[in-house]
Amino acid sequence: MENVLSYMTFIPVAGMIVVLLLPSNSPNLIRWVSAAFTVPPLLMACWLYANFDQSTPGLQFVEKAPWIPAYNIQYFVGVDGLSISMVLLTALLCFLCIFASWGIDKGVKGYFALFLLLDAGMMGVFVALDFFLFFIFWEVMLLPMYFLIGIWGGPRREYAAIKFFLYTLFGSGLMLLAILALYFSSEPHTFDMTVLISQADKFGTQTLPMWPFKEWGWGFQHAVWMALFIGFAIKIPAFPFHTWLPDAHVEAPTAISVILAGILLKMGTYGILRINFPMLPVATADLAFWFLGALGAWNIIYGAFCAMAQKDLKKLVAYSSVSHMGYVMLGMASFTTQGINGAVLQMFNHGTITGMLFLLVGVVYDRAHHRDIEGFGGLAAIMPIYTGVTALAFFASMGLPGLSGFISEVLVLLGAWQKYPWLTVVGASGVVLTAGYLLWTIQRVYLGPLNEKYKGLPEINGREMFTLVPLGAIVILVGVYPNVVLDLLRASLDQINQIVIPHLHS
Amino acid sequence: MDLKNLDSLSFFFPEIILTGTILLIIVLDLLVKSHRMLATIAMVGCVGSLVATIDLYSAQHGWLFHRMIVLDNFSLFFKVITLVATLVVIWISLASNEIRRVYQGEYYTLLLTCALGMFFMASSSNLLMAYLSLELVSLTSYVLTGFLPHDRRSSEAALKYLIYGGVASGTMIYGMSWIYGMTGSLDYATIQSALAQNSVNKVALFMAFVFILAGFGYKMVFVPFHMWSPDVYEGAPTPFTAFLSVASNAAGAAIMIRFFFPGASRMVADGDWTFVSGVEWPHVVLFVSIITMTLGNLCALNQRNVKRMLAYSGIAHAGYMLMGIVVLNNNGLQAILFYVIVYLIMNLGAFLVVVMIANATGNEEIESYRGLASRGAIFPAACLAIFLFSLTGIPPFAGFIGKFFLFAAVLERGGGVFVLLAVIAIINSVISLYYYAKVVKLMFLDSPDPGAKSLTIAANHFTLLVPLTVLTIVFGIYFSPLIHYTSQSLRFFVK
Repeated sequence: MENVLSYMTFIPVAGMIVVLLLPSNSPNLIRWVSAAFTVPPLLMACWLYANFDQSTPGLQFVEKAPWIPAYNIQYFVGVDGLSISMVLLTALLCFLCIFASWGIDKGVKGYFALFLLLDAGMMGVFVALDFFLFFIFWEVMLLPMYFLIGIWGGPRREYAAIKFFLYTLFGSGLMLLAILALYFSSEPHTFDMTVLISQADKFGTQTLPMWPFKEWGWGFQHAVWMALFIGFAIKIPAFPFHTWLPDAHVEAPTAISVILAGILLKMGTYGILRINFPMLPVATADLAFWFLGALGAWNIIYGAFCAMAQKDLKKLVAYSSVSHMGYVMLGMASFTTQGINGAVLQMFNHGTITGMLFLLVGVVYDRAHHRDIEGFGGLAAIMPIYTGVTALAFFASMGLPGLSGFISEVLVLLGAWQKYPWLTVVGASGVVLTAGYLLWTIQRVYLGPLNEKYKGLPEINGREMFTLVPLGAIVILVGVYPNVVLDLLRASLDQINQIVIPHLHS
Repeated sequence: MDLKNLDSLSFFFPEIILTGTILLIIVLDLLVKSHRMLATIAMVGCVGSLVATIDLYSAQHGWLFHRMIVLDNFSLFFKVITLVATLVVIWISLASNEIRRVYQGEYYTLLLTCALGMFFMASSSNLLMAYLSLELVSLTSYVLTGFLPHDRRSSEAALKYLIYGGVASGTMIYGMSWIYGMTGSLDYATIQSALAQNSVNKVALFMAFVFILAGFGYKMVFVPFHMWSPDVYEGAPTPFTAFLSVASNAAGAAIMIRFFFPGASRMVADGDWTFVSGVEWPHVVLFVSIITMTLGNLCALNQRNVKRMLAYSGIAHAGYMLMGIVVLNNNGLQAILFYVIVYLIMNLGAFLVVVMIANATGNEEIESYRGLASRGAIFPAACLAIFLFSLTGIPPFAGFIGKFFLFAAVLERGGGVFVLLAVIAIINSVISLYYYAKVVKLMFLDSPDPGAKSLTIAANHFTLLVPLTVLTIVFGIYFSPLIHYTSQSLRFFVK
């Protein structure tokens, strides 16, 4: 099992090849084969969880091999406390989303092949520790995502797909420049993230003599930080780069929305923690207040207000993602143990909760073929189980004590309060707004008199419950006993935090 | 070594074999009627020439024919590139309906002559030789562009090409005459030592370089010498367009690098070059590079014809390649060589699919690609998508690695203006995604027009399409051999 991370990354690729070789006239075979190829990564993820050493902050399950020796590019993967939660989340959501995609009946072969490629790309991003490898995986996700939204999406899918593609490509272009800048500043030139982190003091901080950096007092490190940050902020998505998200979410098929919100958005914050924090600590300390803290608080409020104004159920959930990712940014910016742990826990929780929310929206959309909030009413009367599960997800998203969302939001706010009381006040008011739009939605969609049109809607079926139950269980488990996840994170996050803290200006 | 005429011949086998093949085709054209036979002979000639070229890698570097041409790894690299491009293009020509209608004998004769001219472009070490080789390539290109009988677009394109070519090469030879006047020699080595004495007028030298740049720019297709390209790409027979897009571009890069680097610069430190007389020509190239890539990409956005779109995309790619020249070091040059290889693979692949689709639908409008994936052409469509994404520069395709090295060379050089160049190039890549993805969107995301009939693609095209696609992916993931080859190819013979 020493190559477990490589297996987890490349088994889906093997699955893609197998799926492509299957005859396209037997869709069920394709579905089951695809599902079969997501099981080993899930089992390995469980094994990984069981065998992960929680006491050490360092990297584990490391694999290293030269790839392109001429440029010092390596195949280098490994996990630490920061990435393991994301690896677990990816393995789980990819497995569940295969079942959430069961209803796809157009171009089944292409869909599942692309889905498996996407799975491999996401897994690769979270385990890669060589910058070049990281970038390759980062970009490999784009192509399947473009086609998955663009071919199997809703009516405005083409617009949404190309918008997503252009935004992300712009961000990753800047990221590529930043990667190269760091590469050429290291000695000997390397893409190895661990070496780059150990050479963090080589990345200059003297003010650059050119406009506009001269006015702002930015050095090389700040410029690189910003280039990376824009690349990641587009993925998070942080205001003002968030506009691709509602479009992509609304048009994407259900399973892809789950993947988008559950995993892709986490890559932004993951990248900031993995790269910006330890590699560019001075710039992180200088810029965190405005670009993580203040922007995070703004994200919370802005996302919540936008969500409140939505008429489309899926768009509402999409904006709630913008809002919830704001907590992650705010928590990160605090540089306190609670804040940063809360931020990563929030990443994990948001993955499970929003995953549930999108699956639930998908359930009702499959039946009613629209997502208009005003168009429903009284669904609780005919779909009681469905309504119950929805209530669980909504309350978790709202941060009800006993459910996972509460723990992470409280940790974030506790951590942030010690540094930025005013931002925390703003951020905490987001909790109220969240409760506002979610409760209002429950009232409009599930309570009240039954809309006669939907009298015959069938109750949620077994396959749909199968995708929801594991997520629901995790939501409750983490809500009651958050240490199942927090214990994994603590040591590594503390180490990352300690790199930045000495550079903070009181 | 510095060889006389007869001694040189033993290092001249690639050209001799090619010339022999050309003559053989002319004769056989009178005797045999099968065009397949002529194409086969042309391909055999190319393979023979390729073997002879590879054989020369073990030979000693030196001047041939009284310093007229030079034998070094750099020229051998471009000979290999030209021959591979010619082989692929002959294959594409065999598959093309357009070529089936024209005079086969003349077509292959001219194509090989054009390749022969490119050999000389890559290896000439004398201004006169450079001019003659460029003219040889141009003249054959004019004829081949206008090769479609009774096709007004083809004739119009040939005429435009001729007029632009005449102006560009006239300007170039005027510049060369200035150089000759200032240094008293046409030989690169003598020119270099004369310039190194620093006694020439800087302004005059600068003007001479700008004039000469016109000729190179016209071959490599950068702004403002690009105007011919969209019309010629559209009007010429598609296989020849494919040839022009990669081989002509590569030969232009070769002649430019040969003149500006071993010719007018000198290597100072390990891999860094400096211009011998202190004229700041790289700044001109830098602005040309920025304008070329931006204009190419912006113009490509609204094209309706796929060949015109690829023409503008080719202009943009020439702009990217110029970035490697601007930085004035071996890393930049190596990045260009690398880019030449991957551009050859992906662009020829794209043109091959264009020919396949044109054979089936009879036109080259982008609109005719609508719903291609669901009209029985999913495999070619998928391959075209791979080539187009590779041209955009998205991993894991070879085009990304090509761009990666260019960006790396620019950023390694560092400094404000180079960072600006890199940022502009990145923005350009994003712009280019829009028009490449537009074709992909039409093929995959849109459903076909009602009544569009499904296409039958002849399976024999796949024998070439599959290797090109596989190489595009393989070189995107494992490119160590290419790094090795390009760094070996960067050996110039200077004295």
